[in-house]
Amino acid sequence: MVDITVDCTGKNCPVPLIEMRKAIRKAAKGDVVEITGDHPASKKEIPMAVEALGQELVGVQEAGTKWTIRIRKVKE
Amino acid sequence: MTDKTTIIVHSGDMDKIYSALILGTGSLSMGMDVSLYFTFWGLERLKKGGLEKGPLSKMNMFGLGRWMIKKRMKAAGVEQLQKLMADFRELGGKIIACEMTMEVMRISKADLREDLIDEYGAVGTYVNEARGAQITLFI
Repeated sequence: MVDITVDCTGKNCPVPLIEMRKAIRKAAKGDVVEITGDHPASKKEIPMAVEALGQELVGVQEAGTKWTIRIRKVKE
Repeated sequence: MTDKTTIIVHSGDMDKIYSALILGTGSLSMGMDVSLYFTFWGLERLKKGGLEKGPLSKMNMFGLGRWMIKKRMKAAGVEQLQKLMADFRELGGKIIACEMTMEVMRISKADLREDLIDEYGAVGTYVNEARGAQITLFI
């Protein structure tokens, strides 16, 4: 189940990272944030940021150049 | 304690303001604290209406190069400086304005975007911010 969705398709560095951070801040503990985009570097950098932030990476899916990343907010 | 990035924003060139704000928002997004210390030509960009006014550091060609780069940035999905600055503030980034520059360049607080500035300070303020920082840059 996804609580917050963010679409960053067509956006470049550092927008997907920023939008991920904003969404995590807005989410409640336990919420799942789903972020979609096509900026290649963000696909690996968002999981890096999730680890640095101490949140849980639920999964990374790819379809062509598009990727979808799900994150669960496990701490404030 | 939270990790921290501090950047001295000395240049007022458009491309370098991009570097400072991208590094600033990127650091915030990765869970770090950030302070930007605006001094000399960088402080010009904190003047009212000044953020987007910087020239390109190379190949500005009286604004032609700048226009071309802006056009390409838009096509590549790069955000405008106004948006990056708004995100920087929303994510809790701190901005310090250099008082000596204000005096030398005859800039008053009323000339500046006071809504963006957390603190007015000098070298001691910067050193105190930077001494515990993991990343310090001069742009």
